[in-house]
This record gives sequence, structure tokens and C-alpha cells, in this order.
Amino acid sequence: MINKIVEDVDKAVADIKDGSTVLVGGFGTAGMPFALIDAVIAQGAKDLTIVCNNAGNGDTGLAALLKAKRVRKIICSFPRQSDSWVFDGLYRAGEIELEVVPQGNLAERLRAAGAGIGAFFCPTGYGTQLAGDRETRQINGRNYVLEFPIHGDVALISALKGDRWGNLIYRKTARNFGPVMATAAKCSIVQVDEVVELGALDPEAVVTPGIFVQRIVAVGAH
Amino acid sequence: MQKFTRQQMAARVAQDIPEGSYVNLGIGLPTMVADYLPAGREIILHTENGLLGMGPAPAKGQEDWDLINAGKQAVTALPGAAFFHHADSFSMMRGGHLDICVLGAFQVSNKGDLANWHTGAADAIPAVGGAMDLAIGARKVWVMMDHVTKEGTHKLVEKCTYPLTGAACISRVYTDVAVIDITPQGFVCIELAPGIEFAEVVKLTGAPLHDGRGKKAA
Repeated sequence: MINKIVEDVDKAVADIKDGSTVLVGGFGTAGMPFALIDAVIAQGAKDLTIVCNNAGNGDTGLAALLKAKRVRKIICSFPRQSDSWVFDGLYRAGEIELEVVPQGNLAERLRAAGAGIGAFFCPTGYGTQLAGDRETRQINGRNYVLEFPIHGDVALISALKGDRWGNLIYRKTARNFGPVMATAAKCSIVQVDEVVELGALDPEAVVTPGIFVQRIVAVGAH
Repeated sequence: MQKFTRQQMAARVAQDIPEGSYVNLGIGLPTMVADYLPAGREIILHTENGLLGMGPAPAKGQEDWDLINAGKQAVTALPGAAFFHHADSFSMMRGGHLDICVLGAFQVSNKGDLANWHTGAADAIPAVGGAMDLAIGARKVWVMMDHVTKEGTHKLVEKCTYPLTGAACISRVYTDVAVIDITPQGFVCIELAPGIEFAEVVKLTGAPLHDGRGKKAA
């Protein structure tokens, strides 16, 4: 019997290794997998590369992981926010490496990783400093920059409901990066408000099919 | 000199958004356009964090923090709304499905280059978000901004001095004194705020400004 349900968040993240690339879902705090991040802090993995749209908000979630000095590098689109003081302090002190990626490129590079694409030409950022020295090409009169996939060792995702096969549905705009990150990591770990019986999710409405999910843990409504 | 107020600027932009358009309104000033969409026109708002059919802010106390816009403010979903993940959301822009995007800007050049993400200051923490994707993504990308900075420095320029967000991507600029098209000839003024003289706008513009008033622009 396939059963991806793990009894608690500590077991779900127990084998995350130092130096891992960890994809963290969420746009601001919507969809942020708070319970899984707290478990990673307790677990102790360090020297992590984090991929997330933002670089933490307030003092909880990703910000708490940064504050615990577990993150070597962050790849994100929008680190600077009114409540990103933890990241701002580390960055100004030279204690964290930052790679800024346009938001759509972040999503598409993750999608490419999950879809087995080796690289792709993308128009976003052409002629800007974020294109760096990557190869460019003109195709049918339009200019493109070569972009490479972002693979994760682990993804930490928050969803609304899931079943023991790992099928997921999300809630409103908290969906954001969850579905693409689930495809892009070797081990996708998902916290859900509620685990439901197999068959309870309408197959027409499943957003992330269970093949992309390795572990699922119920944490209750937030 | 009578400048357009913020409200008048928002209403002026809104007037040019056709029935049936899919529109993304950038963070800041462009967000105000939503409040002035002409009654009777069905216009669908996109927010890049994953919603089409975005509605107005909820009543105080009714916020749902799983339902937010790109500026991380609480919003609502109208009947007919759809949620989607980020790769789909940016396909809507990059793939040319979104009709119009309205953005704020630091500088716009007369070639249509946009600078709106980074001042380039040594101590600034760079953050780009969806700005570069939006700049090159929508079929029409408009800018809504003050004509000059608070200090009076030109924002409509020959060449952007701030780091670029996108090259040759802007087709029209709505400012507090004029509406300006960007054409192969450069900046073309198609409308002035009431009581503003064309010569005044020429002085406020850091590149040649052609007078296209009275000629029907695209």
C-alpha cells in the first residue's frame, strides 16, 4: 500500500542534509510552510541554499531559519520588503549570498527542472544586468536569454488538503509556487491542513498529482 | 500650472482600457486605476501571484491572508475568478495573453526603455519581483508616473541612467501633465492636462517631444 503520510513534521524533515538546496513555497506569508520550516530549524540542517520568492517576513517562517544562521545562499525575486529585517541585516553584514531572479524566471526555471528541460531561451531580462553574461539569441526577431533549471534536493510546501497518494489541492493565492516546486525537487515534503481519504479529492480538481509528492504531513488549519 | 491629480491620472488611464481586456496593474500608483474602471466595461484584473478576476479590497476585518495581490494586500475574488500557480501566471504575461500592463517607473527613455526596479545605489538591496516579466510580457505596457521627480529631475529621458527593467517595451506614458506615446520618432505628446502649455511640457521632458495633439494616435 502506498502511504506517503508521515506522522509528524520532525519525521518529515529528519533526513535533510547540510548543504541541501531547499525550495520553499509561499508568496510572502501566503503558502509559507511554517510548520515544516520550524521542524528544519529544530532538525539543525545548515549551509542551505534556499529558493523562495521572498527572503522572509517578520521573525517567523523563513525569516526564523535565516536568523538561526542555517542559510548560506538565497535565490529569490524580491528579498527587500518592509518586514524583511532579518535578511536585510544578514545581507548588509555579508553573511548571506543573494541571487536575484525575475519572478517569472524563478517559476519557469523551477518548471523546467520538473519537466526535464535542459535550458530555455526566455525574453525576460534581456538587455538588463540580471541577464548577466548568459548566452543570448535572436529568434524570429525577438531577443532571448538562455536560462537554466533550478533543481531542489527538497521542497517544503504548504497545501490545503492531501491524500495518502500525495494528491494535493491548495487554497486561493496560497497556491503560488507550490505546484511547480513540487515537480522540481527530489523529495517534496508537504504540510496540509487536513489529510483526507483516498477518493475524497475530486480527480478533476486535483492541482498537484501525487507523483510529484514524496511526504505529506497534517498540521491542522493555520 | 494645473497638474492632473492622482485620481485624475488613474481615471485617465482607466478610460483607455477597452471592454474585455485582461489587465495587470503594478504595485503603487497603477493600483489606483482599478477604482476608476468605467462602469459597464467588463475588465478582468490579473495579479501575478495567481489570480484572474481580482476584486476590490475586502471590508476591514474580512481579510483572508491566503487571498492577496502582488503587493501582499488583502483582495477579493470576483464571480468567475480563477486561481493558478506561478508558472501559469507568468505564461499569461510572457506568452502574450495579457492585453495591458500598467507600471510605475523611475525613468522611461524615448526608445521605450524602462527603469523601475533598482536605483543602482551601492547600499540598496536589489529586488525585482515580477517587474522584468511584466515589462516584456503584456501586449501593451504603459507607464503611469510623475513627469519629473520631486527635485525636478527628468524622468522622460534620452537614455535611462538607472539599471534597465526592460528594453524598448513601453508604448505610452501617462504623467501628471501629459499623455505621451513612444513612437519610432520618440516621444509624441497626444494630450495635455488642462491649463498646461505644450512649451512647459517640453521643458519638463529630457528628450525631444513632438506635438501629436489632434492627430489620432493608435
